[in-house]
Amino acid sequence: MSLRNRELLNLVVVGALTALGFASVYIARQSVVSTASLSYAAFFLALYLVAHLVARYAVPYADPYLLPMAALLTAVGLTEIYRIRPGDAFRQGVWIIIAVAVFAGTLWALRRDYRRLESYKYLFGLTAIGLLVLPALPGLGTTVNGARLWIHFGSLQFQPGEIAKLCLIVFLAGYLREKREVLAQGRLKDFGPLLVIWGGAMLVLVETNDLGSALLYFGIFLAMLYVATGRLLFTGIGIVLFLAGSYFVYTRVAHVHERVTIWLHPWTDHKVYCALDGKLELRQDCGSFQLVKSLYSVANGGFGGTGLGKGTFETAQGHPLIPYLNTDFIYSALAQELGLIGISALLLLFMLFALRGMRIALLADDGFSKLAAAGLTFGFALQTFIIVGGILRIIPLTGITLPFVSYGGSSVVANFVLLAGLLLISNRANAPRQA
Amino acid sequence: MNRQITKLAVASLILLTALIVATTYWQTWASAGLAEKQDNAIQRVAQFRIKRGLIRAADGTILATNVRRKVDGQTLYYRRYPTGRLFANLVGYSTQVRARAGLEQSENAYLTSSNANLSTIFNRTLDKIKGVTITGNDLILSVRPSVQRLAMQQLAGKCGAAVVMNPKTGKVYALASQPTYDPNLVESHFNLIKATNAPCHPAAPLLNRATDGLFTPGSSFKVVTATAALDSHKFTPNSIFEDPGYCIEYGKRVSNAGNPDQNGPEAFGTVTLAEGLQHSINSVFCNVGKAIGAGLILDYAKKFGFYNDPPIETPADEKVPSGLYNGGRLFFPSHPSTQVDPGRLAFGQERLGVTPLQMAMVASTVANGGVEMEPQVLNRVVDSGGHTILRVDPQKLGRVMSPQTASEVNSMMVAAVNNGTGGAAAIPGISVAGKTGTAETGTSGINTTWFICFAPADHPQVAVAVTLENQTGFAATTAAPIAKQLMQAVLSPRSKK
Repeated sequence: MSLRNRELLNLVVVGALTALGFASVYIARQSVVSTASLSYAAFFLALYLVAHLVARYAVPYADPYLLPMAALLTAVGLTEIYRIRPGDAFRQGVWIIIAVAVFAGTLWALRRDYRRLESYKYLFGLTAIGLLVLPALPGLGTTVNGARLWIHFGSLQFQPGEIAKLCLIVFLAGYLREKREVLAQGRLKDFGPLLVIWGGAMLVLVETNDLGSALLYFGIFLAMLYVATGRLLFTGIGIVLFLAGSYFVYTRVAHVHERVTIWLHPWTDHKVYCALDGKLELRQDCGSFQLVKSLYSVANGGFGGTGLGKGTFETAQGHPLIPYLNTDFIYSALAQELGLIGISALLLLFMLFALRGMRIALLADDGFSKLAAAGLTFGFALQTFIIVGGILRIIPLTGITLPFVSYGGSSVVANFVLLAGLLLISNRANAPRQA
Repeated sequence: MNRQITKLAVASLILLTALIVATTYWQTWASAGLAEKQDNAIQRVAQFRIKRGLIRAADGTILATNVRRKVDGQTLYYRRYPTGRLFANLVGYSTQVRARAGLEQSENAYLTSSNANLSTIFNRTLDKIKGVTITGNDLILSVRPSVQRLAMQQLAGKCGAAVVMNPKTGKVYALASQPTYDPNLVESHFNLIKATNAPCHPAAPLLNRATDGLFTPGSSFKVVTATAALDSHKFTPNSIFEDPGYCIEYGKRVSNAGNPDQNGPEAFGTVTLAEGLQHSINSVFCNVGKAIGAGLILDYAKKFGFYNDPPIETPADEKVPSGLYNGGRLFFPSHPSTQVDPGRLAFGQERLGVTPLQMAMVASTVANGGVEMEPQVLNRVVDSGGHTILRVDPQKLGRVMSPQTASEVNSMMVAAVNNGTGGAAAIPGISVAGKTGTAETGTSGINTTWFICFAPADHPQVAVAVTLENQTGFAATTAAPIAKQLMQAVLSPRSKK
């Protein structure tokens, strides 16, 4: 079977799964099977068939599993968003259409040779910083949940950080490909441009309180530096610097200090000072409210889960029990409804996606492609770890989206561009050599 | 670069595997612990899909049941308490807006059938697979509505508590606390409960005074002191004391006049220890205390269960240990001889704080020949199929005193009712053993009054403790008549169902 036919077959399976998911939410919520659920699934399948057709033409040799996996992840996300708040599911559906359009556009524009992007690496680096600075500009930026990450045009909100991440990876891939030999020898001068652009990005992130993204960018940077130079020492120095920097920030910035305290001691027996209302409260009623409620949600799922549509997310009066359920905490919603079995399957899907991505990096035959594929894939895996690990109390919780699953336009668009990038690299690696 | 990429792939896998491991931890290992957390609103709401078990009194009266309501296409079961205020502080409530209380909290595992009983797990799993509503286990309590109703009526308009129990089995017949609240109002009219008026401040209607209220025991504590004095063989009931109307401690006079409980003259002259208890003479007990020391008295108090939460089935945060309290904290002196005033401790003042349940346990222990029984309100747990999955058998807590000591204290308490301070509790034809307590509160003329008793003295079937706050009268006229009625309610065959 050809690669693209395999992709098509997988997409049909995903379409069937989506129909089942929507149907079960419908049955659980309304006790009826509605054609609306099927139309959602049909629309979804049609959308991905379009994506498939574009891929068939633009990247015929690309990996056949990435697109169906991404489709399944978005389907799981969309089903859960629909279950939590049907209105949001419609908006998310629109964003997925936009994302697939951008995906198709990217494939189309770069189908001949994406490697010319390498020549614009500095432009990408500066664009990344520019995008990150945008929300900080007065009149353009909006503060959501304590971090100033959004820009708005009228009623439309956009989080430019997601796109900036991709630009930064392209810059790093280009720069590291060119300088990897001299960097490996540790010539300080060559680190200059690297540190300027990357340091600038970090500065902006810390300044805007986006700690999750700061951690993500740092991880991607270290990983790509390691892949390029093969020197674990650099990674080690990086980690030591990071820990030292974190400690400095921890002791100086109240916001960060609070996050770490919440992480270490989410429950208190005695009332402690609550910065939110200035009174004495138990910490689980104050600062660690979000973390604790989301953990209750995860725990309530147990082994088999409550079943799609049957989780408890609000009181009988309709008050939400878990904050930001659609975005940052969609994992806790899924964990409750799918249970350990279902959520482990979802995490395995993330793993498979990461492995396919790494395989593409291995098969690619030029440095830029290898670095870009490895960077994009590791970024995907690390982002998953940062948000889910935060929810599960492995690391301090920082608000960041779960790739493909969370509600949020910019995130979906950026992840589809990432997908397009991986498909382009894979297509080139698998293509038969033209002499 | 492939070597590095392989390593990076492994690193990614480790990160994502860590997520599966952590999820497993939270969803299996830690999930029971999280479900128990008081602020876990998800559990609270999720459990409204479970048809909670009924709570019944010993005679079958339903104390807690469910009302089905359809919300958002889901069937939810709201709690309804047909007896209203009658058992509020004991049974508690289970609502969505507030954390659970009372037996609804402590027996939640049975009521939602999430306990580890094999038959329960089987039924629950079957229900889950079939998609049927999960039904909880029913609780059958030992409380008797007729006795409880009488206790609540007698305490109405006052602040206080009453405990009625079987001294031989430890089964509790009534556990009354006033002021109380209507548990049916907790979910949506909590402000009405907050506005409760009572002759004490704060009114605290949610406080179960029987297990969670601390009161100065006053002379009722003399039963503990007498037990210590006799059981340690330092004194006999016939030990002679000289009562000049006061006792000298630390070079100062502690006058009997300060004891509103005492009857007869202020100075009795030459009396025995037995007469000291009979007439509640402070100077006698003051001298006993000085002779045997605070340490010994506290050791016996500990044997009675002081310094431990009373082992009854209500939630841990709704009961307190009895004992000495210093600045609001339970305090066990490391050097009793220098840290505690033995004379004032002996007649129940010092810094003592005790619960009515603890004093009922003291009376029961004397009644039961010196063996203390565990106080129990739960008789049986019945699963949804009607099978008894748990039968709560009487439990001995241990021997507090020798049978001889018990019999001596018993006789002294009988004398107190027949010809002493507790005359108001006498029941014609039945020999009653009792002890009054009228404790100073610091405000002159305002007392906490007590009566602890059991009957019939020769083969006890009921033990009672009654506590009243902010009384202008004495124990003999306030608490003792209530205790008498409660004993009669159990002893008269009419109320035995």
